[in-house]
Amino acid sequence: MANMNLTLQVWRQGGSFGDGRMVPYDAADVSPDMSFLEMLDVVNERLIAAGEPPIVFDSDCREGICGMCSLVVNGVPHGPDRGSTVCQLHMRRFKDGDTITIEPWRAAAFPVRRDLVVDRGAFDRLIASGGYVSVNTGSAPDGNAIPIPKDLAEAAMDAAACIGCGACVAACKNASASLFVGAKVSQLALLPQGHPERAARARAMVALMDNLGFGNCSNEAECEAVCPKEISIATIARMRREYIRALVTGAGR
Amino acid sequence: MNGAPRIAPAGTRQLEARIPSGPIPEKWDRCKFDSKLVNPANRRKFTVIIVGTGLAGGAAAATLGEAGYHVLSFCIQDSPRRAHSIAAQGGINAAKNYRNDGDSVTRLFYDTVKGGDYRAREANVHRLAEVSVSIIDQCVAQGVPFAREYGGLLDNRSFGGAQVSRTFYARGQTGQQLLLGAYQAMMRQVGAGTVKMFPRYEMLDVVVVDGRARGIIARNLVTGTIERFQADAVLLATGGYGNAYFLSTNAVNSNATAIWRAYKRGALFANPCFTQIHPTCIPVSGDHQSKLTLMSESLRNDGRVWVPHAAGDRRPAAQIPEGERDYYLERRYPAFGNLVPRDVASRAAKAVCDEGRGVGETGLSVYLDFAESIGRLGEDVIRERYGNLFQMYEKITDENPYKAPMRIYPAIHYTMGGLWVDYNLMSTIPGLFVLGEANFSDHGANRLGASALMQGLADGYFVAPATLPNYLAGASLPKVGADHDAFREAEASVTKKIDRLLSVKGRTTPREIHRTLGKLLWDNVGMGRTEPKLNDALARIPHLREEFWATVSVPGSGAEMSQVLEYAGRVADYLELGELIALDALERRESCGGHFREEYQTPDNEALRDDESFTHVAAWEYAGDGALPVRNVEPLAFESVKPSQRSYK
Repeated sequence: MANMNLTLQVWRQGGSFGDGRMVPYDAADVSPDMSFLEMLDVVNERLIAAGEPPIVFDSDCREGICGMCSLVVNGVPHGPDRGSTVCQLHMRRFKDGDTITIEPWRAAAFPVRRDLVVDRGAFDRLIASGGYVSVNTGSAPDGNAIPIPKDLAEAAMDAAACIGCGACVAACKNASASLFVGAKVSQLALLPQGHPERAARARAMVALMDNLGFGNCSNEAECEAVCPKEISIATIARMRREYIRALVTGAGR
Repeated sequence: MNGAPRIAPAGTRQLEARIPSGPIPEKWDRCKFDSKLVNPANRRKFTVIIVGTGLAGGAAAATLGEAGYHVLSFCIQDSPRRAHSIAAQGGINAAKNYRNDGDSVTRLFYDTVKGGDYRAREANVHRLAEVSVSIIDQCVAQGVPFAREYGGLLDNRSFGGAQVSRTFYARGQTGQQLLLGAYQAMMRQVGAGTVKMFPRYEMLDVVVVDGRARGIIARNLVTGTIERFQADAVLLATGGYGNAYFLSTNAVNSNATAIWRAYKRGALFANPCFTQIHPTCIPVSGDHQSKLTLMSESLRNDGRVWVPHAAGDRRPAAQIPEGERDYYLERRYPAFGNLVPRDVASRAAKAVCDEGRGVGETGLSVYLDFAESIGRLGEDVIRERYGNLFQMYEKITDENPYKAPMRIYPAIHYTMGGLWVDYNLMSTIPGLFVLGEANFSDHGANRLGASALMQGLADGYFVAPATLPNYLAGASLPKVGADHDAFREAEASVTKKIDRLLSVKGRTTPREIHRTLGKLLWDNVGMGRTEPKLNDALARIPHLREEFWATVSVPGSGAEMSQVLEYAGRVADYLELGELIALDALERRESCGGHFREEYQTPDNEALRDDESFTHVAAWEYAGDGALPVRNVEPLAFESVKPSQRSYK
């Protein structure tokens, strides 16, 4: 595959760009073996060498696990590949002459800090409200004291695979955090270690989700479609069951 | 030593390792018993700064918060959950002996000392092996979804450098799950008010008052403001310096700035040349490459490494008959086979590529082949064990590893060297503690697989929380205000450096110079080091540094979010650190673990140590810009494990 020439339409906001607008850039001589972020690196290299402010975007591990990268590519969080972060997207998915739009996550709970960078601190606050097991260091029983059936452990791992990137929120027309919260509530409700606090956890996390400005879930399943770890919306159903269970039994108040 | 001329001045400093007396299995208990304690009611009066939120920093913040200390936690990412520990794939070692295969604390200790090629401190390693068992218990209790067997008990896999199965794992995402456990425990303390979190802050200096670490200067990466933070102790858990080599398996933001600035404030830097090159990474594809992706060592459990027998054989793998394949690890090391330690596997890969037997377009890769295990176990079993790794490989290379063998090549992965610490994890600056990969303490000249997670969590959950109170209770720590001269001076030096970066206004990007430095380090201070190559690096790095300061372009201002400014500051530090790595490699005239000097090898090309001259830690002391650093020495004593030529045959 030959190298490509592309046009980028990139959201620039803050600094010399003020309130935010789309700005066109040429991405010339792009190798199909580059990752999407490496393509942006090359564009930035040219800007920096010319003394112009480079495009600011988040990334860190560049192998799909840290959850830092967060670009909406042609209208889709993390771009066209299923089960993938944008750092794992490669330019062989595009063709010569394409125009690519690049925008940040859009959600009231994730304010833009600059260009393509948003603040996802709301996710940290959700975890701080109950996304844990209360066990102080040093007080744990032997690791094999409580056998956990393999299928349960696997189901918990499926939910625990969430990388906290926020694509689910960015894809949702309501900007709901239900998949993120559902994944954590499910992981800890499936494992016996999470049982003592399951009702309080469901209550606290669901209540805070509303307060932080995330919308409600209306079952569009857009979140599942863009989730790089392909977390199932069955976790949202489990979160609701946990929440209703807490309400009905009065537990965890 | 060896009559060769010394170029670095030899230090006379007595390094007090503070190793407790008594037999090795009793030392840690004795240390804890002899430690002064801080009364629970007094703990909230102590402020502790923790920089970094990976396994070591996150675990320490959670544990010290639970204990009641007032913790300020800093990370450069937008959330503490993103620290690079998250990318560790394969697993975490612990001497549980759940397999009943002969494992024990003593054996894990022995394997780790031997794996480190007898350049680690015995007492530290024994403590690591002791607390390894508690780590697993703690993580299970937090809800870490480790892999399990059908009976519901924890599963294990084997890893390089060991003949027992002691590695616990959560699919190929062990680091992620352990980090999320620590992160959640820390966020619980954020909710409880004992830990205050500062995401998107970068530490740019440590502040030393009356000889003690009393705070940091950090830049708010969103607004660009420089801020001062006071504390009674500072814990650095900022990871390793592998990114000095530009291409490494580290995350792109991982950097050495925090430890480097601490070094320049008086903390000694130990064994900087002990860098680990991981044998199984996806090979470089072009100049645009921003990082290298690791394929977990656990793959070597079921994958077989091979190259063609004949040099220059360009046939696709499938067309090379079994008899014309050289499974060189199995051939050279029949006892350990594909599971030899990382340094051995990396050097062996380089050797076959140097012979012209490498595969792929560049000839700089070897095959890692799963055909035999897929035939024996079925594709489903392989998918269950390594599914996400295979998927990751396919995304990057566009090749299906279920059908064709993976191609792999070594890459910089981990740094065993780091800031010098005593047994209590305190650096040579009193009150400055260093945890996890940022310190030098446990892995000697080579780290075994699945031991980084173990060390990070050991330091964070168990060691620092036990040793820090002894310091706090025993030190005189009068209140220090943010207007203290030391804070003012440190802030001024940080601001001056930033202003200097912004004012060059040249035409070279920080990345161009970083790439040049990285290639120089990889070629000359990488897998095969020689005196001429090291001298060449030492001659060229200062020129590169001059070029950087004369031509770098950092557009924009410092009073805003500026990733290029952050990066330029880190590259400026690599340009100094790179020189120290080369200098340490030059002065260590032996081969050991990841440090392979081609002049010092056995007739069958294994590392040849010089125990008489080099059974010590080299701890480098900053002597001012432009002056050669001073090489201090901490002698190592091996009382429990007798050093021998490492053999994995």
